[in-house]
Amino acid sequence: MIPAAFEYARAGSVDEAISLLSEHGEDAKVLAGGHSLLPLMKLRLATPSALIDVGRLQELSYVRDAGDRIAIGALTRHRDLQVSDELARSAPIVSHVAGLVGDPQVRHRGTIGGSVAHGDPASDLPAVVLALDGELVIRGPAGERVVPASEFFHGFLETAIGPDELLVEIRLRKTQGGWSYQKFNRRAQDWATVGVAVARTDGTPAVALVNMGATPLRAAAVESALAAGASPAEAAESAAEGADPSSDIQASAEFRRHLARVLVRRGLEEAGV
Amino acid sequence: MSILGNRVLRKEDPKFLTVGGSYVDDLPLEGAVHVVYARSTMAHARIGGVDKSEAEAAPGVLAVYTAADIDLAPIPNGAPFGNPAMTRPWLADGVVRYVGEPVAAVVAQTRAQAVDAAEMVIVDYDPLPAVVDPEAALRDETLLFPEAGTNLVMTFPDALAGIMLPAEAADQDEGIFDDCEVVVARRIVNQRVAPCPLEVRAGAASWTEGRLTQWATTQAPHGVRDTLAQSLGVDPTAVRVVSPDVGGGFGAKIGAYPEELFLAWISRALGRPTRWVETRSESMTNLGHGRAQVQDVRIGGTRDGRILAYRLDVIQDSGAYPAIGAFLPMFTRTMLTGVYDVPKVYFKARSVATNTTPTVAYRGAGRPEATAAIERAIDLFAAEIGMDPADVRRRNLVGKDRFPFTTPTGTVYDVGDYERALDLVLEAADYKSLRKEQARRRQSGDASQLGIGLSVYVEITNGLPGSEFGSVQVRPDGKVTVRTGTSPHGQGHVTSWAMLVSEQLGVAVDDIEVVHGDTDVVPRGVGTYGSRSLQTGGVAVNQAAGQVVEKARQLAADLLEASPDDVVLDKAGGRFHVAGTPAVGRTWSELAQAAGEGGLSAETDFTAPGPTFPFGAHVVVAEVDTETGRVRISRVVAVDDAGRILNPLLAEGQIHGGIAQGVAQALMEEVVYDEDGNPVTSNLADYEFVSAAELPAFETIHMETPTPLNELGAKGIGESGTIGSTPAVQNAVVDALAHLGVRHVPMPATPERVWRAIAESRAGGNS
Repeated sequence: MIPAAFEYARAGSVDEAISLLSEHGEDAKVLAGGHSLLPLMKLRLATPSALIDVGRLQELSYVRDAGDRIAIGALTRHRDLQVSDELARSAPIVSHVAGLVGDPQVRHRGTIGGSVAHGDPASDLPAVVLALDGELVIRGPAGERVVPASEFFHGFLETAIGPDELLVEIRLRKTQGGWSYQKFNRRAQDWATVGVAVARTDGTPAVALVNMGATPLRAAAVESALAAGASPAEAAESAAEGADPSSDIQASAEFRRHLARVLVRRGLEEAGV
Repeated sequence: MSILGNRVLRKEDPKFLTVGGSYVDDLPLEGAVHVVYARSTMAHARIGGVDKSEAEAAPGVLAVYTAADIDLAPIPNGAPFGNPAMTRPWLADGVVRYVGEPVAAVVAQTRAQAVDAAEMVIVDYDPLPAVVDPEAALRDETLLFPEAGTNLVMTFPDALAGIMLPAEAADQDEGIFDDCEVVVARRIVNQRVAPCPLEVRAGAASWTEGRLTQWATTQAPHGVRDTLAQSLGVDPTAVRVVSPDVGGGFGAKIGAYPEELFLAWISRALGRPTRWVETRSESMTNLGHGRAQVQDVRIGGTRDGRILAYRLDVIQDSGAYPAIGAFLPMFTRTMLTGVYDVPKVYFKARSVATNTTPTVAYRGAGRPEATAAIERAIDLFAAEIGMDPADVRRRNLVGKDRFPFTTPTGTVYDVGDYERALDLVLEAADYKSLRKEQARRRQSGDASQLGIGLSVYVEITNGLPGSEFGSVQVRPDGKVTVRTGTSPHGQGHVTSWAMLVSEQLGVAVDDIEVVHGDTDVVPRGVGTYGSRSLQTGGVAVNQAAGQVVEKARQLAADLLEASPDDVVLDKAGGRFHVAGTPAVGRTWSELAQAAGEGGLSAETDFTAPGPTFPFGAHVVVAEVDTETGRVRISRVVAVDDAGRILNPLLAEGQIHGGIAQGVAQALMEEVVYDEDGNPVTSNLADYEFVSAAELPAFETIHMETPTPLNELGAKGIGESGTIGSTPAVQNAVVDALAHLGVRHVPMPATPERVWRAIAESRAGGNS
């Protein structure tokens, strides 16, 4: 459990982080809470040449009302999301889901930006970001760009963030009315075998899936079935359409498809759809 | 008032809760170099060659050793009476037999340097077919040890007939089911699990003037000392083994592993102290695994619930290098019929080598496997004849007036009252109301169905012959030093042995120091395993304390010029005086000073007349989500009778931990290999190690049936919870689905397995 040798630099500002990233090249990794990256490094499954530590950039830790959206700084820790008054008012699903990530230690160190940037389809928050039509604010040497969540997740542990870029903010739509998060796992601290997020941002329900493919997914077939007037139970039947879940020690792909159907139905029912 | 039977707080805890324990890897060891093992990435392969040149040249590296460098004799087969051709090399020699097997030892100035250099050891593997499934291994198509000519390690009872068992023990089978109206058979897999002590394996070795000090995280330091001496070819007096705090063992730390023993050899070769600690991933593939039995059960009886015959055929997976795990079917046979009076039985077991991590003793060690088999069999039988499983059990229990009771396999149970345990647990659980609630749920077609699982068990503790050492010494300051050959690693002997001595001497528990885990300080010892400690080591300490009191009484009588018969010990005041004249007396301190050099002391080696047989009954209530297959345990109600209880707090701790591990086997944990022998559960993210969040509060019910075999009336409690809970949980899961036609769900009853069992049953299959 000793990582391979690496260089380490602590960034004092976002600009410094970006210039450090440029300087160290594409084998450098950004270190935030470290709760995904460090275990991989200890197992030597990840061997970055350098770590650019952004963990002390307090300027990136906030939850703000930004009109029709909520703006969340990338360094906001799960625990801060969990107890945010702003989120309790305008997007309570985010607080709830942040409270389901890992265990208390993980939640006090892990950040929403780290979770989203890691691009793990088994993580809880990326699916919520997808369901709430998130906008990801990415800053690089050329300035800032905004990527919609639907274009952000490129593949397993792959996102739209370039090697010299930093995710700085996540903008989410506010929710209205009922919502649900169905996390199915065997142990409290485990990743979801399958998870389902249901939320309404503009009256129509959005449904997103955790661990049903290489990236978090919107259950598009469910959403269009609902739009066409299907009941939750009917719509849930198409929950696994277009999904390509893996088979692993937790569950076969077949079982994951089944779980997705059950959990989507339960999620829609709990959300009052 | 007696201190015995009270919830005395653990003397150990203030340290653990404040500054923390001191484990092997915490030891400061001046000038020590670090050892890291390069390990096999293949389950079965010939080693074409090992290129260690790059590793040898890496920064800080002192040496890299492979099999070619070692002058030690191979390690004998660890299963008593097992195939003698199945020996183990210290480092893989010409062939690797499981993923994780040490191939080379890298020694460097720092641990990080050793880890880096171990990655540079290049092994040229020529793959061989991997034998992962023990049943396939029995076909001998690929041999792990070609020189043995077979993968079969040993057969039970044949291999022990005329040795540990009577010659006629090679049981006969034919016709035992002839009188049965109903016979049910099923294959049951008692899956491989990982013991997962919080402290992984670690060791350190240092030679001074020809004498070795070895630090070991072990359950049996004297055994490690003897193994070291034998392996290195030195006299046992030239070896000191020290076990500081040990963070759990569960049976897997009874012996010493090659990686630990080899530290002493390296230290001698280099003239430097050595140290080593494994990672969790290494631990998951090298600390021995437990269970790993494939069982074929057959049970038969009458339609009104009388069991007449029972047969169990076992395939024991021994892993790559047979160790004590290969021998454990012996105990499965010992406890074959459990709490039931079964007239006709048959048992056969075969231990077989596979390309997997060796199996060892794990909490229960052969007995949980026996209990799981018969308790599942009883439920299968009850389902077949349509009778309540509680009634079938009651009908067949050994009656309380029949002890000592000799089972068909020759085991002699000391004492028991199984029906009372069953009554108590059913009453505490409110069994009738549970069945009503179950009927209501079934009626309503609720997605969440209720399962009620039962088990009634008996197990054997202190099952291997052996004595245990205990001594008590009153020091001139009036405080007491107790030395014990037991080796606690979480059990609380420091507290309980102090209670025993306090009771006899009238010295406060806080003034009694209990010393263990150092072979230079404790002259002899067997160790802590098999739930043996209180009934052997505790009794030894108790007897030594009694002898010290008698010596002190004699001495006080001399000093007081009175007859010893007239001198009494005032335990409240901790002093001796003549009966009726308390004003004149002698304190422990005065007597110890008067006794001269060494104070007042006595030592004992106690050998119990035989093993004891704790028993109990568990009811588990499971909520099963029939849509997702998820099982939630809502209640565990447990009667565990371990004879007289010395400290209920400690006993409950053992029961709680035991139940947690038992539930974990039933629902969560399984060591899994892919078909090529690659482990796929080698960290605690992939291996479903249970946590408190998955468990309900346990309801433990008091019951004490003292054993006549020792003066304390005590039996062992360390393994009971594990033995009783596993089948109760599995039975509860099946019971929740019984109305859907499900008869069995394999362990661990994962959501997917439960879902599949329901789906197959609905599709008309026979799950």
